[in-house]
Amino acid sequence: MNNILVYCELDAARVAEVSLELLSKGRELANRLGVKLEAVALGGDLSSVESQVYPYGVDTLHLFEDERLSPYTTQPHTSVLCKLIEEEQPQIFLIGATVVGRDLAPRVSSTLGSGLTADCTALEIGDYEDKKNGTKIENLLYSIRPAFGGNIVATIVNPHHRPQMSTVREGVMPLVKCQPDTYVGNTVKHNVEDYVTAADFAVSIIERHVQKAENNLKGAAVVVAGGYGMGSKENFDMLHTLAHLLHGEVGATRAAIDAGYTTHDRQIGQTGITVRPKVYIACGISGQVQHISGMQESSIIISVNSDHDAPINAIADYVVTGRVEEVIPKFINFYQQKQ
Amino acid sequence: MKLNIIVLAKQVPDTRNVGGDAMNADGTINRAALPAIFNPEDLNALEQALRLKEEHPGSRITVLTMGPQRAADILREALYRGADEAVLLSDRAFAGADTLATSYALAAAIKKIGSCDIVLCGRQAIDGDTAQVGPQVAQQLGIPQVTYARRIVSLQDGHITVERGIENGVETVKAPLPLLLTVDGAAAECRPQNVYRMLRFHRAATPTEQAAEGFRYSAQVAADEALTIKEWTLADVGGDALRCGLSGSPTKVRKVENIVFQAKESKRYTASDEDIKSLVGELLSNHTIG
Repeated sequence: MNNILVYCELDAARVAEVSLELLSKGRELANRLGVKLEAVALGGDLSSVESQVYPYGVDTLHLFEDERLSPYTTQPHTSVLCKLIEEEQPQIFLIGATVVGRDLAPRVSSTLGSGLTADCTALEIGDYEDKKNGTKIENLLYSIRPAFGGNIVATIVNPHHRPQMSTVREGVMPLVKCQPDTYVGNTVKHNVEDYVTAADFAVSIIERHVQKAENNLKGAAVVVAGGYGMGSKENFDMLHTLAHLLHGEVGATRAAIDAGYTTHDRQIGQTGITVRPKVYIACGISGQVQHISGMQESSIIISVNSDHDAPINAIADYVVTGRVEEVIPKFINFYQQKQ
Repeated sequence: MKLNIIVLAKQVPDTRNVGGDAMNADGTINRAALPAIFNPEDLNALEQALRLKEEHPGSRITVLTMGPQRAADILREALYRGADEAVLLSDRAFAGADTLATSYALAAAIKKIGSCDIVLCGRQAIDGDTAQVGPQVAQQLGIPQVTYARRIVSLQDGHITVERGIENGVETVKAPLPLLLTVDGAAAECRPQNVYRMLRFHRAATPTEQAAEGFRYSAQVAADEALTIKEWTLADVGGDALRCGLSGSPTKVRKVENIVFQAKESKRYTASDEDIKSLVGELLSNHTIG
């Protein structure tokens, strides 16, 4: 009762990285509150879930094994979670802010009538003073998220409704294993039939194509990113040449993608991917907060921009003031010569 | 099959183009510096509605928004682009709503519109980026949802087949009507505003706008019923005030901070050959690249 519950998203039999990140954070919050960490997984083959999640310090693991629960569809997962939450009464329920999590979490929160905060980048525990009636509530979850296109950071609380629900962005919480690989907690295998109805399976998946990601932006040591200032798709294509030469990947701002210079899967920023490469080369990027929040932890930042006062220059280690279509070919040329 | 289609839309500040003047010196947002626009993904949703109407003649598209009076601007825009009817849900009781209270009010308005086959909306709005309102409206209407929709493949025999985006791929799902679809930015762009429709509907106005001083189209509005944008309050949709606005919102904003990035000491270069050569030399010698 009143524990912390984490939804483990599955890709076939593998637990998603963001779920393991949430278990790591969940363990920390559970220790702070003096409660247990519970996890829930739903799918067709859960045989390896225990060994994947227990090293992160899960006390209780709820398993719902049924072929019909994989791949994910909204309603059966919602029904299972809502009933489980009624039984277990967790005070906090965390879900990854993935396509699945962002489909599932609002459906669950609306069913339960509880509050939900989307796309959090930090979670903390703290007190809240309800100014209306002068009461103080201790040990609430602070759900911290960027808002307004990433220009502000808001701290959201749920003073009176349980569970306090949040979806959390991938890649923002570190993975922390706190138990040896041999550690096993308490596994509870539930009978799925007790939790779903036939009507939950009204939506069916006819076809599914999952490709291996076309880029490795998240793991790249070098990222060459372009903004609206690249000016054209042709100019943007130079970045691929540079990235290839440096064994890196190409990223982009939302503005560059809206302008059609490259594809959505390369978007870096608050509504895209968060990256922490060794080197980040920002080309024609002015540096809106929306974008900077997704790359500010890069070790070395190089900015190429015709505007000497571009906001991104403030956080750059190296600033080249000049037109991208002039600077990048020169850079490529000298790099090839010196190598 | 004639369809009753409802499109949910939101008027949003254009956060994609936040310039230097968009933030006040004290770190608050200068809303006046940001143009108010039709939420981009809601336009993608409207386009899907217009395509459905073309394939199913006799269908009717109603665009619904919740907001203050000025949100009627996006309803007129929806009419220019081909919507048949527009509804503004506006009441002080809705102010301060989080996503749950917003979806409650929208669901109440949809129930008042009556029987509907499909509710379409954008995946998320660019001011909040939560993507929560669509699924929460679907839940409150008790209908299935398909999120991240990119294309409607077919609609027949009371079922719809939809292609949707998933992590690193696409999925095709089949679902019974009625249902709610959230459409993402990878779907087809909305068709432009139609000039003939603009000539007619630029006079469209809510009853509040019609009653305001200086309203010039009273005669036209009296003669053409389609020029009245419906305006509903909480009482009109029969909602419970305790579930709306601030009192109906489980989440509260505790604190809002402006983002300040730590400035670094940076080395400056020009675009000259010597400068670029020395930059490449330094990056190679300190093993940043290479």
